[in-house]
Amino acid sequence: MKEDFEPKIVAFLCNWCAYAGADMAGTSRLKYPANVVPIKVMCSGRVDPEFILNAFEKGADGVFIGGCHPGDCHYVNGNLRTRRRVKMMKKLLEQMGVNPKRLRLEWISATEGAKFARVIKEFVEEIKELGPSPWRERR
Amino acid sequence: MEGKKMKNVKKKIAMYWGAGCGGCDVSLLGIHEKLLDLLDEIEIVFWPCAMDIKYEDLEKMEDKSIDIAFYNGAIRTEENEEIAKLLRKKAKLMVAYGSCAIEGCVIGLANLYNKKEIFEAVYLKNETTKEKILPSRDLPEFLPYLKTLDQVVKVDAFIPGCPPPKPVLEEALDALLQGKTKFGKEVALCEECPRKDTKPEKIEISKFYRWHEKEDNGECFLAQGIICMGPATRAGCKGECISANIPCTGCMGALPRVRDQGAAMLSAIASLLDVEDEKEDEVIDSIKDIIGTFYKYSTAKLLPRGGMKDES
Ligand code: FES
Repeated sequence: MKEDFEPKIVAFLCNWCAYAGADMAGTSRLKYPANVVPIKVMCSGRVDPEFILNAFEKGADGVFIGGCHPGDCHYVNGNLRTRRRVKMMKKLLEQMGVNPKRLRLEWISATEGAKFARVIKEFVEEIKELGPSPWRERR
Repeated sequence: MEGKKMKNVKKKIAMYWGAGCGGCDVSLLGIHEKLLDLLDEIEIVFWPCAMDIKYEDLEKMEDKSIDIAFYNGAIRTEENEEIAKLLRKKAKLMVAYGSCAIEGCVIGLANLYNKKEIFEAVYLKNETTKEKILPSRDLPEFLPYLKTLDQVVKVDAFIPGCPPPKPVLEEALDALLQGKTKFGKEVALCEECPRKDTKPEKIEISKFYRWHEKEDNGECFLAQGIICMGPATRAGCKGECISANIPCTGCMGALPRVRDQGAAMLSAIASLLDVEDEKEDEVIDSIKDIIGTFYKYSTAKLLPRGGMKDES
């Protein structure tokens, strides 16, 4: 089962860094798994905890958030709030019975196309290990 | 004669107690003398808690013959589900009365566990349980997870609160009797909080305290580092708990345009944190029970239905 399991991953990427980083990965012709559905947000701080829960509810096996490195956020501290939220969300997920590894936050600058490709690959591998989200069949 | 009769047509009302503590049934009496005025306008046709009536009697009623059916309590057993559906059939307006019916309330927390775990905790492993007997016969089936009313039938109106506080209930009843299904405040509890004036311009939290860990200085709870659900909770109760020096735990539910009260509050708390990077983990970890704090009343609206868990 786990072998042919292709996870669905929703990736929220901030417009100024992470999304540009993903673009960079594309223009540099770096390969990364096609399991991610990227969603552009203006800032990682825009990712409301509700978005994360919604993604899981709609059947995502993992949620990825990409933002600017600390200090680089276009809106000064949006990413720091995200970091705190993600920490709290991981605790929430754990209590809900979801492996907190299914939520991942990474800082990716506009030039870090290679990092983007690498962490996405890693994340997909990790989720494959974990198997489908417990709510997938539930829907 | 005819005219007079027309004027006196009383609205037919039903009230049902599903899976809940019974506080909602009592809360209807909590409107005191207003109930007497109300009785001029309504006729109670079904209220198992207060009158002698059987389910068969309800079945015999004509479809849509009840004007307003109030359903309090959540849906935990097959019986609850059956009556919810039956009432829906018999009533013109179906109203979710109280937090249990709307979002599962405290008993919704049981959705973090499956039936087996719940039964074990209640009937077998409970320290005060001497005879360890699992109920088995002649009882309605216990559903795999608790449902809210709107997860089972179409709901026309919602009266929030655990149980609905007097001012909320009065407004709701007035509106419903006039056929209106939208009522209630559209602002957060902070707007009508008795401690409103002590809320600082910008709240910064560097450490969390539980109520018993800190002497209350009478000011805004959040500013004191005590989690209060006020900012994410709908106004209407006039801050009854705050008046009794207890922070809000959010029984009035989310603001009208917010879907997830817990997520909204969690997000707000993350923004109010004012700690150095190194202390961040420690401070966040000091909130021990995230679901119990932020989803005390709305776990049933979250995903973990019947203790679905990640295998890994
Ligand atoms: S703009 Fe990239 S994290 Fe805020």
